[in-house]
Amino acid sequence: MRLMANESAYDFETRLRQHQLELQPQTVETLQINMGRLCNQTCLHCHVSAGPDRAGEQMSRDTVDSCLAILARYPEIVKLDITGGAPELNEHFRHVVESAAGLGRHVMVRHNLTVTLDPHPVTGESMDWLPAFFAENKLEVVSSLPYWSSYFTDRQRGSGTFDRSIESIRLLNERGYGIEHSGLVLDLVYNPAGAFLPLGQEQLKKDFERELMQNYGLSFNRLYTITNMPINRFREMLERRDAFEEYMEKLVGAFNPCAAGGVMCRNLVSVGWDGRLYDCDFNQMKGLRIDIGGPVHVGNFDLKKVLDRRIVFGEHCFGCTAGAGSSCTGEIS
Amino acid sequence: MMNYFESDDLKKFPAIGKFRGELARKFFEYYGKVMDEDGALTRREKALIALAVAHAQKCPYCIDAYTEACLSNGADPEQMSEAVHVAATMMAGITLVHNVQMLNKLDKLGV
Repeated sequence: MRLMANESAYDFETRLRQHQLELQPQTVETLQINMGRLCNQTCLHCHVSAGPDRAGEQMSRDTVDSCLAILARYPEIVKLDITGGAPELNEHFRHVVESAAGLGRHVMVRHNLTVTLDPHPVTGESMDWLPAFFAENKLEVVSSLPYWSSYFTDRQRGSGTFDRSIESIRLLNERGYGIEHSGLVLDLVYNPAGAFLPLGQEQLKKDFERELMQNYGLSFNRLYTITNMPINRFREMLERRDAFEEYMEKLVGAFNPCAAGGVMCRNLVSVGWDGRLYDCDFNQMKGLRIDIGGPVHVGNFDLKKVLDRRIVFGEHCFGCTAGAGSSCTGEIS
Repeated sequence: MMNYFESDDLKKFPAIGKFRGELARKFFEYYGKVMDEDGALTRREKALIALAVAHAQKCPYCIDAYTEACLSNGADPEQMSEAVHVAATMMAGITLVHNVQMLNKLDKLGV
């Protein structure tokens, strides 16, 4: 009975109705593909629960080619957003990047910085080719850095991660990333190191700019602030501390109808490593498949059906609508 | 078991307006204006000051609230701990400076 009461309290669709909000798909501007759950890091907050032990869940060449076929067929899908795990560890990473860039798409990679410095967790191959490869293909690099000093970063992402992240940003800066007028964009992503909501993006950006420049001589372009989603590893952490309900109440209490209108699921489609389609990466991790009447795979993608769909919402959606809102490109409102 | 300080009671803070609500409204308006906006001080600086005051005044509600407010406003545990040390040194200094009063009295008493 208690669980049912909670489900009702965290009912996202009821909250939308209270605000007379109907969140229907607007476009599919971005195809976001999750290339797999293999990662060199094992972060406390990871909604994918990615890590070095998840080598079995990698996007195949056939699925990659189906994603590329979608881009070729639908020029209105202007961005390819590549995520993981650490997507660079997928053996087809170079192929998907070069092919999408060849199709004229804007390509973004969710890059955890240290993957450049660590050996491939399965093959042992050096990944030091990444900064040059990113630059050659003019990828937009979007990198997590939870704070401008080591405490929060190492606590969330593992001991020594901050120092190695700094080293990796230096390699990117040397290639022109984050340098004014270079045309190479380096975005950093802040997410709270615990069960609290992030500060406003603009204010935090000033702090990151000042601290990274003063202390390390580093620069970047944009800072995105992202709210921790109460799913998978972060949810497990909350539950171990008996703090899940408190965190959900915080998210629900900070519901922002302006942010709700800009949630990312209205303008993107997420593809799982196995080719299944979802409204967003978070629904993907919860196994909530896209709802367009029957099982849908990247191989039979139909843009019209996708645009006509009803977006699947859950309690985790309060994470995207809390405060200034949160999306894969940071604040919403 | 009932305690004098229950963390959930912080949520009941608005209930202080149950009687003479207009006074409570003025307080919360003033409070929000001071704490929730950047001014000559940033919200982060204000949150750190509030955390220090919370410790000096030994208010468990305020310590809970401003520990989180400091984090949400971008402070880290080192800054927060330093703020608490500022409170501690002020409290020690305030105690010790009163020692002058004792010394004055001793002098007056010819001791």
